[in-house]
Amino acid sequence: MIKRLLLVLGLPVVLFVTWYAASANSENFYAPPLRQILAAFVDTWTPERLRADVLPSLARLGAGYLLAALIGIAAGVAIGANPRLRAAAEPVLEFFRAVPPPVLVPVIMLFAGIGNGMKVIVIVSGCVWPVLLNTVEGVRATDGVLADTARAYGLTGAARLRHLLLPSASPQIIAGLRQALSIAIILMVISEMFAASNGLGFTIVQFQRSFAIPEMWSGIILLGLLGFGLSELFRLAERHALAWYHGLRDAQRRS
Amino acid sequence: MTAVGAAAPRTAPGGRALLGLSGLAGLLVLVELLPRTGIVSDSYLPPTSRILAALADEAATGAFWVAVGDTLTAWAIGLAIAVVAGVGAGVLIGAVPVLRAVTASTVEFLRPIPSVALIPLAVLLYGSDLGSTLLLVVYAAFWQVLVQVLYGVADVDPVADETARSFRFGPWARIRYVLWPTALPYVFTGVRLAASVALVLAVTAELVIGAPGLGAVIAVAQTSNAITTMYALIVVTGLLGVAINLAARYAERHFLAWHQSVRGEAPS
Repeated sequence: MIKRLLLVLGLPVVLFVTWYAASANSENFYAPPLRQILAAFVDTWTPERLRADVLPSLARLGAGYLLAALIGIAAGVAIGANPRLRAAAEPVLEFFRAVPPPVLVPVIMLFAGIGNGMKVIVIVSGCVWPVLLNTVEGVRATDGVLADTARAYGLTGAARLRHLLLPSASPQIIAGLRQALSIAIILMVISEMFAASNGLGFTIVQFQRSFAIPEMWSGIILLGLLGFGLSELFRLAERHALAWYHGLRDAQRRS
Repeated sequence: MTAVGAAAPRTAPGGRALLGLSGLAGLLVLVELLPRTGIVSDSYLPPTSRILAALADEAATGAFWVAVGDTLTAWAIGLAIAVVAGVGAGVLIGAVPVLRAVTASTVEFLRPIPSVALIPLAVLLYGSDLGSTLLLVVYAAFWQVLVQVLYGVADVDPVADETARSFRFGPWARIRYVLWPTALPYVFTGVRLAASVALVLAVTAELVIGAPGLGAVIAVAQTSNAITTMYALIVVTGLLGVAINLAARYAERHFLAWHQSVRGEAPS
């Protein structure tokens, strides 16, 4: 237990102390002492501020991410399992996947205005692709023997999906969902940088424009903490969903 | 006995290309028809023909090609740095269990920091220069590669690893012959994702900071309300992305010809 704690906290503590010590006497306007940033952090991120700026950001992030996951997995399974559909859809998907989502913000603004809908659509438009791509890859790489066995047993339709395609693709799907999570956070920030009256990205840009450098740094740190927290949540969910996969690996390792 | 029809029906390569082309043609026709029939206002979405005309106008100017060159330069340099650093760090971290345990929390903390949050930092370090684009591109692409390499390293077949051990493979040989082949498909997925993320960040940096490149040209078109030109330039960024992706996929097919996911595809 102590060893585990040491492993988790060791390097971060070393890095933190290094930063604190190295910046203690910093005269650089853009890289203020960490002491000052921490003080700004406590002053800036009050409960009211969290409710007014962080909560709306998180709600948009959650809505966009869930929608992207649903669309990505559903479309990915359909496309991955059907060679003909994959051939027809691939060039179009490749094109849409290849368009950098931030350049779509002006376009999405034309259609959806500058409200919450725009931000959710921006998030969906960016993070549906890693999920979709990984699902297609995962379904495509289904073990040939398993697929033939399932066919020999007459496993079709929903049962084939439930017992063959989704389980065998799930490690890949989870990898895609993990990629999508970090992209979703990036797009949450970008969409709020373009047009917003609240949100984390908006607030950080305001700090930057008013040259409130310690506050800006505190915002970057809060974003990091937020990303870390979400990624921990994701890890818990992954451990639950992929318990069989990790268990299988561990069993093979032990034998 | 013939092999034909033994498994799922396979589409001939020519048929695949034809299906793909028909999908693309469908999209072009849809974009042409939506504004023409008035379902979508043409001030929001110009028809395909007008976008293509604007694209042709742009392609005739030298400034456009300079912008494309700038974007691609930033992309290539940034991606190269990120891939080398990501694969190196990933294999090292993955091969040494202690290192993996020690760095896991730090990686998990640094990775989710959105690279766009570094924009102010990039501006003050490099101004609106190639350097600030590179900083964002490398930061974003590095984690994509690293995370995939770590996933791949975790996927090593225990039996293969133990076989290698019982044949007294040294650490270097185990990395070369067990870990690396297992991780390779993940590395390619990582590089492909990193390649597109690098393009996203290159264009974003140009769009927001104003570093020279396609993004800056899009920002100009947007502020001057040249919707059709804006669409044409967005199409160009998409085409760049497609070209990058095709190259990555070709490399994947070439180097992973032995792997299940590619082998299952090959026409027999």
